[in-house]
Amino acid sequence: MSLSLDDIGRIAHLARIDITAAEAERIREQLNGILRLIEQMQAVETAGVEPMSHPLGGSQRLREDVVTEPDDRDANMRNAPAQENGLFLVPRVIE
Amino acid sequence: MFDQSVAELGRLLRARQISACELAQLFLDRIGRCRELNAFLDVRPDVTLAQARRADQRLAAGEGGPLTGVPVAHKDIFVTRDFASTAGSRMLEGYMSPFDATVVQRLAEAGMVTLGKLNCDEFAMGSSNENSAYGSVLNPWDRSAVPGGSSGGSAAAVAARLVPAATATDTGGSIREPAAFSGVTGIKPTYGRASRWGMIAFASSLDQAGIMTRSAEDAALVFNAMLGFDPKDSTSVEREPEDYTRDLEIDLRGLRIGIPKEFFGAGLEPDVEKAVREALDVYARLGARLKEISLPNARLGIPVYYVIAPAECSSNLSRFDGVRYGHRAKRYADLTDMMKKTRAEGFGAEPKRRILIGTYVLSHGYYDAYYLKAQKVRRLIADEFRRAFAECDVIAGPVTTSVAFDFGQRAADPVAMYLSDLYTIPGSLAGIPGMSIPCGFGARNRPVGLQLMANYFEEARLLGVAHRYQQATDWHLRVPPGFE
Repeated sequence: MSLSLDDIGRIAHLARIDITAAEAERIREQLNGILRLIEQMQAVETAGVEPMSHPLGGSQRLREDVVTEPDDRDANMRNAPAQENGLFLVPRVIE
Repeated sequence: MFDQSVAELGRLLRARQISACELAQLFLDRIGRCRELNAFLDVRPDVTLAQARRADQRLAAGEGGPLTGVPVAHKDIFVTRDFASTAGSRMLEGYMSPFDATVVQRLAEAGMVTLGKLNCDEFAMGSSNENSAYGSVLNPWDRSAVPGGSSGGSAAAVAARLVPAATATDTGGSIREPAAFSGVTGIKPTYGRASRWGMIAFASSLDQAGIMTRSAEDAALVFNAMLGFDPKDSTSVEREPEDYTRDLEIDLRGLRIGIPKEFFGAGLEPDVEKAVREALDVYARLGARLKEISLPNARLGIPVYYVIAPAECSSNLSRFDGVRYGHRAKRYADLTDMMKKTRAEGFGAEPKRRILIGTYVLSHGYYDAYYLKAQKVRRLIADEFRRAFAECDVIAGPVTTSVAFDFGQRAADPVAMYLSDLYTIPGSLAGIPGMSIPCGFGARNRPVGLQLMANYFEEARLLGVAHRYQQATDWHLRVPPGFE
């Protein structure tokens, strides 16, 4: 599998990363190199093998549905790049 | 004083032969004199000295433990309330967390005094520490060599005696590889033993916190305070607290050490092989039984890792969108454009590469062929380790194929760089504990590490096996020239 420049543009859009035409060419070459490396695992027979998503086969733990964290709006808003009246500001999405 | 172990510093502090404030100031002065290494990203003497004063109060009241007043520094992947947390990225420049990571909090509760935050590869992605937005860390043994990554700042700081212990994280080898390249002791525990709460996530099924020190004994002391169940981390393992120093005097007679033949094949440089073989001879002299084993699927670790880690990173790093924290682009047309420009400006080349690979392997039509396939091969690798531990107690071999390479040597070729973690990735995929201890010097007098791996939850034995070697040798006591 070899990625085309169109593929790179599509992946970059899905990943929400702006890339220039010059970057796309360089990234295409690098990603194709990495994909060739990845392809090595395709030759392994894995029929009937259970996928391993957690090294110890853990499952999500549940806890009591009670509030444990204090309201810390000021501290949580401290790093916001744009804010007003304790709300995060983003560009208008609905006209 | 800079060369004293964590254990000895703790004794001196409890005996009131030095105060925590005096000790902190000594290390802060040394950090100031060694700025050219670029190991520290944030140092705030007022915060450090305030912590040291509290430690002194505890010591004066007779409430000090083995770590009270002992300095520590944290890899910048752990969030901290009182120091900036950047993960080595422009994306998080100046970010101040509202809370401390659990690991940071536990070491603070044990009385350790934080000297600052340590440089690392951006979002812990890298094998050389050339990917930090704040510049490369230099290797104290040879400033033209990389210190290893991604915990390069932690390794360099411990090697240069800027701090006796430093936190680090390992996703595919990011504790063991820099420990080997920089000549220090580094250990990652079993996945789930260290809380991941407050660690800026890269690949959630692999990331694990560990420690860099100058000896296994010191690492065991810090683990006693650092590890344990954390209800805030859904991947944390519920087990009783342990004393990680309990096996330091382990009897090596009859201990079965498995030597994977695949770790000594093509690509392993002769100087590294020689040092590792000599280390194995030391174990044989101490009474251990060396036994050749085979891990035929270990070679698949790198392809599997470069599917799973990027897939998980593309998901974890999607939170960096310029809305709630971190960098935001100055000019944009709409919301989507804001995110695209923010992420293009905020992320460096390596996170971008991994996000793009991860996005691709998870995209419609490719999930089964890549991600699911990789998870299946991952199980085969883990099963291989389980079988190996039925016939041996620990596994030993090289950490890296070569000693530390020069800056720029592998930077232009991501695949060549990825191969740096050939021997460390299999253990990460399996989730077993692993460590690197200094075992000699190779080309251009650069350090060589011996890798030791143990079965799940056998950190205490692993530390004991390492400690016995360090009692019989003095490689871990060597100091980089100019840092004596």
